[in-house]
Amino acid sequence: MTDSTTSSHYAPGTHPDLPPPRRTTGVVGWVYKNLFSTPLNIVLTLVGVWILYLIVPPLLDWALLESVWTAENRTECWDKMEVAEEAACWAFIKSRLTLFIYGFYPEAERWRVNLSFVLLIFAILPVLYDKLPGRRHWMWYVAAFPFLVGWLLVGGLGLAPVETSEFGGFMLTLVIGVTGISFSLPLGIALALGRTSNLPALRILCVLFIEFIRGVPLIALLFVASTMLNYFLPPGTTFDLLMRVLIMVTLFAAAYIAEVVRGGLQGIPKGQVEAADSLGLSYWKAQRLIILPQALKISIPGIVNTFIGLYKDTTLVLIIGMLDPLGIGRSSLADAQWAGLAREVYLFIAVFFFLCCFGMSRYSLYLERKLHTGHER
Amino acid sequence: MANTDQTASAPELDSKVDTSESTISIRGMHKWFGDFHVLKDINLEVTRGERIVICGPSGSGKSTLIRCINRLEEHQQGSIVVDGTELTSDLKNIEIIRSEVGMVFQHFNLFPHLTVLENCTLAPIWVRKMPKAEAAEVAMSYLERVQIPEQASKFPGQLSGGQQQRVAIARSLCMSPRIMLFDEPTSALDPEMIKEVLDVMVELAESGMTMLVVTHEMGFATAVANRVIFMDGGEIIEQNEPNEFFTNPQHDRTKLFLSQILSH
Ligand SMILES: Nc1ncnc2c1ncn2[C@@H]1O[C@H](COP(=O)(O)OP(=O)(O)OP(=O)(O)O)[C@@H](O)[C@H]1O
Ligand SMILES: [Mg+2]
Repeated sequence: MTDSTTSSHYAPGTHPDLPPPRRTTGVVGWVYKNLFSTPLNIVLTLVGVWILYLIVPPLLDWALLESVWTAENRTECWDKMEVAEEAACWAFIKSRLTLFIYGFYPEAERWRVNLSFVLLIFAILPVLYDKLPGRRHWMWYVAAFPFLVGWLLVGGLGLAPVETSEFGGFMLTLVIGVTGISFSLPLGIALALGRTSNLPALRILCVLFIEFIRGVPLIALLFVASTMLNYFLPPGTTFDLLMRVLIMVTLFAAAYIAEVVRGGLQGIPKGQVEAADSLGLSYWKAQRLIILPQALKISIPGIVNTFIGLYKDTTLVLIIGMLDPLGIGRSSLADAQWAGLAREVYLFIAVFFFLCCFGMSRYSLYLERKLHTGHER
Repeated sequence: MANTDQTASAPELDSKVDTSESTISIRGMHKWFGDFHVLKDINLEVTRGERIVICGPSGSGKSTLIRCINRLEEHQQGSIVVDGTELTSDLKNIEIIRSEVGMVFQHFNLFPHLTVLENCTLAPIWVRKMPKAEAAEVAMSYLERVQIPEQASKFPGQLSGGQQQRVAIARSLCMSPRIMLFDEPTSALDPEMIKEVLDVMVELAESGMTMLVVTHEMGFATAVANRVIFMDGGEIIEQNEPNEFFTNPQHDRTKLFLSQILSH
């Protein structure tokens, strides 16, 4: 079978290092090993191929091959198809694209949104590549980023002010999502440290906060933000609705992050704290240099899971009348010229959310691989 | 010097001992875990450069005693003075003492997310405020001393137990401690790795380091220790210089313990 020697060819102690036996390498090997290795595997492969055959070609036909990309309204769209209503009418999405991206942000000021997108990409870069030259300085930019973009989008201080009620579409999703993610992580970590601290008062406070927030649906919190908060504020004060939503979403995600991070903290052996203590590191230095890096590493899947949940939950702001992509989609569908094209709208929105969430998920896998430092006991 | 009967001594009497030479001075120290009285009236003076081996049955409080010396455990009564600084709840004092007292644990407790070199430079950089390059230089010299400079860029998870323990020793030494505490440094190791760690410890002892070592390695005790302390039930039962201790134990409990460990 194989040409590798088994025994007795070498005197004891003189056996050389041999290459590993040739296994399933190459395309054929891979296909055989993964798709056709056992009868059950063959059946599963065939069933899988059959299901793909049922789904993919019709979907391709509908979404791409037969679809219509330019039209003034839905009847024109349908006229252009071989069979009316049997293909996607992307002309509708095209005509609403700016609405989907910018909401009702004033046309003359849209460069500010575009600039914010660019700034966002530059803020994500140093998070993605830790080999970036001058990463330390980048981090200052990352820290300043939310405030910089906040000023850009809202205006004031030399820029024309824009009402936050004019925010909408993907831009609104990103504003809520990015704010929620970037503020809930530090807040969640602080809550987790508070909940595991030795100070009873602090601990109880953190427990109460976390359990209260986790025990209430996000929608309820959003309603509180949109209506009840006014009762608690002194009369006459106005407190921007978007700001209230941002705070609620951040608090909500922070409570979940806190629990995920607490799980990570509990996974760190007590010996790590003792080793840090015995070297004379203060509590904060020990947390920052020893405990948190390890706890956060364990918590990555849970943290990213929470972020993905938060990102998708931003669509709930629809309920308190904000025009996120779903809200824009619904109001667009109410237009008599385009009514009935729900499939296109929802598929479009779904693809947008999927791409963002899939990106986060891959990033989390990449991080886990990168931070793996050999077998731990 | 051979103060074989500690049970009769009261703290008042001990306070007459000249402590100017003592680097560790423990007087009338008691500790409880909840209701459990784990350390009872501990009195111990350690002079500079002294090497002390602590032994005793499991659960006798050996670990707790040396962990009190760098305040990993808090004592409730009596006093512990290390290098002229008394251990109280004052955090500053605790940090000062901890940076002067190195500790090596049974399970190494290396930081798995940092390389061997980073493990060694972390405390000098963050506690002693040493420049990075200098800290790395110091760390490399200690890694050479424990004979694993070639592993500097590896992660602890990639090393054998004996190598990890030697890194742990180097990590402590990088803080240039005046006192080193060892809590059963070889009992988690396979037999063939015990020697490489003991060799490092013997070398350290020869360099004049003050050492308190909890261990059952009696060969090490005879070769290196100035004094062997026997603990049982949270008390120091007996202490003596090694030869005398092993050949002529005074207490029945000591005899019983020695017969048990030597029969292995
Ligand atoms: N954190 C703790 N809480 C409660 N009891 C403890 C704690 N740590 C230790 N003990 C108890 O105190 C006693 C002494 O423990 P210690 O670890 O000092 O013993 P030891 O002499 O080091 O034993 P071994 O040889 O097994 O390491 C034991 O009975 C142990 O169960
Ligand atoms: Mg012990």
